[in-house]
Amino acid sequence: MNAPTRPPITPRGEEKVFFDHLREHELVFQRCAGCSHAVFPLRTVCPHCSSESLDLERAAGTGTVYSFTTQHRASHPFFAADAPYTLVLVDLDGGVRVFANLVDCPPDDARIGMSVEAVFDDVEPELTLLRFRPASAAESTAEEQS
Amino acid sequence: MSIRGTSAIVGAAQLDTFKTDGKSPVGLMAVAVNRALADAGLTLADVDGLFTASSYYAFPTLTLAEYLGIHPRHMDSTALGGCSFIAQLGHAAAAIQAGLCDVAVVAYGSTQRTDAGKLVSMAESSPYEQPYGLIHPIGAFGMVAQRHMAQYGTTSEQLAQYAVSAREWALLTDTAPYPTPLTVDEVLNSGVITSPLHKLDCCLVTDGGAAVVLVSAERARDLRDNPVYLLGSGEAVNHRNVSQMPDLTATEAARSSQRALQMAGVTLDQLDTVHVYDAFTISLLVLLEDLGFCAKGEGGAFVENGNLAPGGSLALNTNGAGLAQVHPGMLGMFLIIEAVQQLRGDAGRRQVPDARLSLVHGMGLTLAAHATAVLSTHPEA
Repeated sequence: MNAPTRPPITPRGEEKVFFDHLREHELVFQRCAGCSHAVFPLRTVCPHCSSESLDLERAAGTGTVYSFTTQHRASHPFFAADAPYTLVLVDLDGGVRVFANLVDCPPDDARIGMSVEAVFDDVEPELTLLRFRPASAAESTAEEQS
Repeated sequence: MSIRGTSAIVGAAQLDTFKTDGKSPVGLMAVAVNRALADAGLTLADVDGLFTASSYYAFPTLTLAEYLGIHPRHMDSTALGGCSFIAQLGHAAAAIQAGLCDVAVVAYGSTQRTDAGKLVSMAESSPYEQPYGLIHPIGAFGMVAQRHMAQYGTTSEQLAQYAVSAREWALLTDTAPYPTPLTVDEVLNSGVITSPLHKLDCCLVTDGGAAVVLVSAERARDLRDNPVYLLGSGEAVNHRNVSQMPDLTATEAARSSQRALQMAGVTLDQLDTVHVYDAFTISLLVLLEDLGFCAKGEGGAFVENGNLAPGGSLALNTNGAGLAQVHPGMLGMFLIIEAVQQLRGDAGRRQVPDARLSLVHGMGLTLAAHATAVLSTHPEA
């Protein structure tokens, strides 16, 4: 029996731009030249002022958890071995909210308001996924390395 | 110009609301349509307006029209998720008023339970959410609940109380799929599916077909002595993907319901029965707050102490609704049917005495779309 394969995604247009930058380990959003609002997901038309002048900006990748949930069931057989896993909505420093999962953090330690930072996971040669880990985990890793 | 009181539901039917005996989703729709027409004293030959939404069929009005062998002159496949049918009541009334059709049928069918309890959806997945293993819709509602708890101190015990109350209402029907009382402890011990929501915080997964027939108010009075008039209709859009929901604890439901209530000329305190989409305990709680039955953040206290059980302060979801009676993927149609039964005085042991005025509010997807209808036994409030 074959192991389950990753459910495919098909990023198109602006979505593809976002995933192309993830492959470069860059988390990007947009700043509207017309009204200065931060915009995410990437668009061609600003949802605040209808301007079509939207400039890419690179996010620092740090932020706070707006909400989370730990799923004890997987959405797809491919994720079954990972369950339970924690999904997060993160308010990035810079003003946009992104969806990803939380790694390097036991489910019981997940908290609304916790500081997190982006991790770029090259899951396949052509696909990099955004994940978050506790900001303190990043610091302790740095300490171990020093 | 308004559609207030201009049309009425003259036929209503539902079938196989737990498990079907082998009908397909469109088969369930078709039988429901036939039974609703018979209830109205009409036949398929009278139908010239067809309204439906589906998780199975990309072009559901075409699928249903073909199955029934009819050629309606007005079609509407408005896709707002589970509240589509509540929105379609308003669309049907507008179409009737505009002369686009005379006899409108709104129909739904699903074999969700027969399909091994898996949520059937042909919705496109978001590349921003799907790679992380989000289970739609419950994963998103876990996030909603987590946020509501952190912001307002809402507890799992409070959420469980609604499930308990819904079961009590269901026990007053002859069709309750689980005809035994439920306790808060049973909900809390039913296993966490996506924190902090337990299995019994989630709606049932059932089959079911349902349909209603609408005609003009004038024609309605010729067809039966107890038409159910559409007094008000409202819709609102919130978001598409949960990551774009600005505030996980608040929705545009208030705008939808205010539009419907203002059209009807009705206030909340005049309502005799209320039917609100309860896919999850937390979604019900957020909607009750947004609709104005309690203040934002006080939903937890509002559902306590049997306040929503039979004999409580609000006659809410009088058949147990999605948590305890029926939830075949989309609930909207079944909320309408229960309101009609109450307003006709046909609700048996759960009948709210002299029910004259009902509010039906549905959401679609993860609190993403909203539709409200105000239904009445009279064309005037």
